[in-house]
Amino acid sequence: MAAIDESFTWGDSLIHTTDPRVRLACAVMITVITALLRSPAPAVAALAGGAILVALAALPFGAVLRRLAMVNVFIVFLWLFLPFSTPGDELLRFGPLTATRQGIDLTLLITLKSNAIVLTLLSLMATIAVQDLGPAMQQLKVPRKLCHILLFTYRYIFVIHKEYLTMRRAMAARGFTPRTDRHTYRAFAWLVGMLLVKSWDRAERVHAAMRCRGFRGRFYTLTRFAATARDFIFLAGCAALAASILWLEIARRGAA
Amino acid sequence: MTHAVIELTDIDYAFPNRNKCLSGLEFHLHEGEKLGLFGPNGAGKTTMLHILMGLITPDRGEVRLFGRTMSDGHSFDEARLRIGFLFQHSDDQLFCPTVLDDVAFGPLNQGLGPDEARQRAAEALHQVGLDGFEDYVPYRLSGGEKKLVALATVLAMKPEVLVLDEPTTGLSPEAKDRLIAILKGLDMARLVVSHEPDFLAATTDTLIAMRNGRIEPGRLTPHTHTHVHEVGDIPHQH
Repeated sequence: MAAIDESFTWGDSLIHTTDPRVRLACAVMITVITALLRSPAPAVAALAGGAILVALAALPFGAVLRRLAMVNVFIVFLWLFLPFSTPGDELLRFGPLTATRQGIDLTLLITLKSNAIVLTLLSLMATIAVQDLGPAMQQLKVPRKLCHILLFTYRYIFVIHKEYLTMRRAMAARGFTPRTDRHTYRAFAWLVGMLLVKSWDRAERVHAAMRCRGFRGRFYTLTRFAATARDFIFLAGCAALAASILWLEIARRGAA
Repeated sequence: MTHAVIELTDIDYAFPNRNKCLSGLEFHLHEGEKLGLFGPNGAGKTTMLHILMGLITPDRGEVRLFGRTMSDGHSFDEARLRIGFLFQHSDDQLFCPTVLDDVAFGPLNQGLGPDEARQRAAEALHQVGLDGFEDYVPYRLSGGEKKLVALATVLAMKPEVLVLDEPTTGLSPEAKDRLIAILKGLDMARLVVSHEPDFLAATTDTLIAMRNGRIEPGRLTPHTHTHVHEVGDIPHQH
């Protein structure tokens, strides 16, 4: 949408020029398999696969790191709690806290899987321009309601953020500085309430305007999708990656 | 007598938990007619426009568009494609990542193929004097440019009627003049809602007034109000 930073969609790399439907299908295939992994070895493979895809998409290195950092902020919290709260064999002891081997394994697995999924999505999904994402989902027979939820969430997050900034500026203009007191809490509660009301109204108006221009629940696009031989080779490559991750996982489970 | 393209008969509407907004409203717009509508805030102007576009359903009364009674939400679908409705706030109307996508949105919904839609979009942008704006981000344009893009999104659908809801809101005198010049070049029937007598005088032939949820009887001929001196619309000292 308008002002959400879509910098990853600009480019002419191998991935950017691949049919959006193929990218979407590959992204789903790889991330679903990755999400279901239980052993570290295939998770490492998935992470490597994600890194290769990001390299193929030639995404700006710094921007990718920033996105990864955002995800890993949550992962840090997992490292603070999970190793100590998972029952199992004692590995380390910090005063009254004991870290278990199972806890550390689990946290490591989550870390690997999350980063692998983020890298895969950055390279395959974030490179699809939003005007192509809707039609691509529709052509892959994703249920229409799901398409709408995804697209409109994406569009309105920005709208809501803008309303928030406008109101915060208006509050600041009247001398509001956030403090730890009742006045601040109440002001923020009103802000959030008003934000919901305004965003809802705005969404209604945008939807009305879309209906006036003949929108009946289906998106059309100016871009014509045409899968070429190269797209099928790419699809086959991703399928091979997904299959090897799956094979590693099955081999591990068999061994265990 | 020319055909009526929009007919509202005996319309009542009240917002939930509030007093009646429209009561016994009668309104007609005929082919080729250029009608200006004015009235105080809260008179029900926007509500009337939303009813005639089928965006809200009146509590009572009949909406006829192009000679056909609109019985339910679906009957509006086809008629809407023939009415170009310009919203008061362009930001509500423009939602695509590029100007081209936004202007082509309507034609694509009308069933045109990508190439024809692209062609239509280019024509519409040319009509409003925004050639070469195709790849711009609508959100980052100036207020005046946004309004013109919004008008182009509507013109690209080749409507038979234009409905403009306070099109001059927030526009500078220059942007208004540009809008007037474009509207003067269009000959389809139109309904313009505005608080500005001069804008109505420049873009419409007949004026009607709305007050307390109904159209007042009587029609006026709009006339310009010339300021006593040349620099009337520029700040100056006496």
